[in-house]
Amino acid sequence: MKHLSEYRDAKLVQVALQQIRRTVTRPWVLMEICGGQTHAIKRHGLDQLLPAQLELVHGPGCPVCVTPLEQVDKALAIASHPEVIFTSYGDMLRVPGSERDLFSVRAGGGDVRVVYSPLDAIQIAQDNPDKQVVFFAIGFETTAPANAMSVLQAQSLGLDNYSMLVSHVRVPPAMHAILGSAHNRVQGFLAAGHVCAVMGYWEYPPIAEKYQVPIVVTGFEPLDILQGVLGTVRQLETGIAEAQNAYARTVTFEGNRAAQEVIAKVFQGCDRKWRGIGMIPDSGWRLRPQFKAYDAEQRFDVAQIQPQEAPQCIAGEILQGLKKPNQCPAFALQCSPENPLGATMVSSEGACAAYYRYGAREFETGQPS
Amino acid sequence: MSEENPSLQGAVCPLPLRHHNKIVLGHGSGGRLSHGLIEDLFLPNFDNPVLQAGNDAGVVQPKPGIQLAVSTDSHVVWPIFFPGGDIGRLAVCGTVNDVAMMGAKPLYLTAGFILEEGLDVSVLARVTNSMRTAAAEAGVAIIAGDTKVVQKGKADGLYINTAGVGIVTPGTQIGGAQARAGDVVILSGPIGDHGIAVLQARGELGFESGIESDVAPLNHLVAAMLDSGEPDNPETGIHVLRDPTRGGLATTLNEIACQSQVSIFLDEGSILVRRPVAAACEMLGFDPLYVANEGKLIAVVAAEQAAGVLARMHSTRYGKEARIIGEVRASPPGRVLLRTAIGSTRVVDMLAGEMLPRIC
Repeated sequence: MKHLSEYRDAKLVQVALQQIRRTVTRPWVLMEICGGQTHAIKRHGLDQLLPAQLELVHGPGCPVCVTPLEQVDKALAIASHPEVIFTSYGDMLRVPGSERDLFSVRAGGGDVRVVYSPLDAIQIAQDNPDKQVVFFAIGFETTAPANAMSVLQAQSLGLDNYSMLVSHVRVPPAMHAILGSAHNRVQGFLAAGHVCAVMGYWEYPPIAEKYQVPIVVTGFEPLDILQGVLGTVRQLETGIAEAQNAYARTVTFEGNRAAQEVIAKVFQGCDRKWRGIGMIPDSGWRLRPQFKAYDAEQRFDVAQIQPQEAPQCIAGEILQGLKKPNQCPAFALQCSPENPLGATMVSSEGACAAYYRYGAREFETGQPS
Repeated sequence: MSEENPSLQGAVCPLPLRHHNKIVLGHGSGGRLSHGLIEDLFLPNFDNPVLQAGNDAGVVQPKPGIQLAVSTDSHVVWPIFFPGGDIGRLAVCGTVNDVAMMGAKPLYLTAGFILEEGLDVSVLARVTNSMRTAAAEAGVAIIAGDTKVVQKGKADGLYINTAGVGIVTPGTQIGGAQARAGDVVILSGPIGDHGIAVLQARGELGFESGIESDVAPLNHLVAAMLDSGEPDNPETGIHVLRDPTRGGLATTLNEIACQSQVSIFLDEGSILVRRPVAAACEMLGFDPLYVANEGKLIAVVAAEQAAGVLARMHSTRYGKEARIIGEVRASPPGRVLLRTAIGSTRVVDMLAGEMLPRIC
C-alpha cells in the first residue's frame, strides 16, 4: 500500500536499527505515549530488535484505558434508559464499569450501538426523533474535533434529542504529571503522532526545557517508530533536550488550526480523573456552558454517580510506565482479553492487551495460557 | 477478587467481569468465548468420541468400510445479500466445505429456513435460486428441508440452517489433531475478503472498496488435492484441512496447534492480503489474520509432498493463489508464532471476543 509499505520496508528498518545501535552507548528509558504505538511495537516485535540498553515503557495514551470508572458507570446508567440509543466507539463496549459493561447492557435489552464517528450518531438522532441519542465522547485530542463538530451540527440541525457524555483528556498535562512524579523513570518521549497531527507540537518545547527531556513526535509504522527512537536517543547521548518532529509527513508545528478552533469553540479545560492514575489538573475538556443542552450528564442526572476505584489496581502503574503488564500476577492467568480485569487489557490499544496478544507472556513470564 | 485468591492481594486490577450469565455476541465469534461454550456446556452434555475430536464435521463408521462425514451450520449473516454472495450461497458452501475438510466427498444437504413474518417472497426466491446454483457447482443435492415462520421482530428476515453428509474415502486420516513437526502449512489464497465485503455491505466502511466475498464450495479443490494421480500410491501427505471462517486464519491455526499439540510458525510475507482488504483493515484497525473467509482452506501437508499438492491446487479454480505460509514445529505446543516482515517474532493468538474497531 502506498505510504504504508515503504514504512515497513525490512531493509530500511535494518538501516535504522543499525543507526540506533551505533548511537546508543548506555541504558535509556523511553516512553511511547500512544497506545497505538505500543501495539505497533509489539505487533512488529520492534522491542526484540532494539539494543538491550533501550527500555521502552508504555504511556497513558490509550483513550479507552484512561476513561475514568465514574464516566463508564454513568454511560451504563444512561444506556440502560429505555428511551435511549447509546452510541459509542466499539472499544468502549467491553470496558468494565463497577458491575457491568456496555455489552451486558445490550444483552439485557439496552439499545447500544457501535459507531465509527459521532456524525453517525447525529444521523441516528435524525432517524429516531422519538429517542434520545447519546454519544460517548471519549478520547484524546484526536477524537475531540469530530466530537465537537457533532455538537455544532446538532445545533445547526436543531436536534434536541442528541447529547454527549464527555470524557476528553489531553496529552501534555499527563506528560507533566509523569515527569513531575517522584517515581519518574522516563528520560525521553516518543510523542503521539496522531495527537500532534491535530494539535501540532507547540505545547512541547516548554515541557522539554522544564524537565530536560527530549520529546520526538513519532508515527506508527515500524520505520516511523525507529526514527522516533533514533531522534530521542541522539538527543540523550549528546545532552540535548528539545521537541523535534520525526513524523513530518503528517505533523506540522502549528497543527490543524481549523480543528483546534472547533475544539476551542465547543470545549473548555477542566480537571479530569484518569483511570488508574487519579486526578490530573486541567487535563480534560468539557462542554462550554453555552452547549450544556448537549451535555448528557445534565440531561440524565447522573452527576451523583461517583464510584471509587479499588486502590490495589496496578493499571495506574502500568499507565505511568512504572510497571510492565506482565509484572501483574493476574496477567494472562486471571486476566485476559476475553475476561479482562482492567481497562488496559480491554482496548486494542491497551498495553496489557498488546502484551497478551503479541506474546510477551511465554517469552517473559514462562506462563503459557 | 482478592478474597477469592489471596495470592493476588495487593496487585490486581479491580473489576472482574465475566459474561457467564448472559450470551453476548462474542460467544458467536468463533474465538475463545465460543470455545468456552463448547467446552463448558456442549461437550459435557453431548459427550462422545466423535464430538471430542473437535473437527469441522463428525466422522462416523456406521458399518465397516463405510465412513460418513456429517456437519451442520446455521447462517444468520446480515445483510442477506452482499458483494460476491448471499446467505443462500453461504449456507450451501459453508456446510459443503465443513464436510470436505474431513477429506470427504459431500453428497447431500438438508436446508431449514426460519423466516420472519413480512419477508418479501422475492427475497426468498433469490436466495433459493442462489442455493440451487451453489449446490449445482458443488455437485450436491438438497434432499430434505423445513420451513418455520416467526412473528415480525422475532428474527431478522431470514436464517438458514444446513446439514450435510459426505463419504470419506477409506484410509483417509485427515483431522485437526494430525499435524506433525516438519509439515508445511499451505493457504489456498488471499485472506479477509468475506469479512470486509460483509462490513462494506452493512455500510460500516464509509467508503466503497470493490471487495467481493470469496464464498465458494471448496470440495472440488479438496478432491484435486486428494487425488495423488497414482492409484498404487494414494498417500498425499495431507494431514489437516480446515477452512478459516469466523475468527479468521489466526483462530483456525490456533485450533490446529492445540489439537495437534504442535507449534505453527508463519512467515508474514507469504500470507496474501488483497490491497483493498489490507487498506480497509488499516483504516478500521482490524488485523486481516482475524477476518473471516468463506472460500479458503488451510492444508497441513508432509513437506516432501507439498509441491505435488500445491501443483494440483494451482490447477483448480479456487486454488490458483495457494502458497506455503509456514511450517509445523514441535514446540512450544499449542502456539502460533509469526515471523514478521522485519525479522522479529510474535505470537498470533486466538480471537478473544468480538472483533471491535479501535477508535483512532
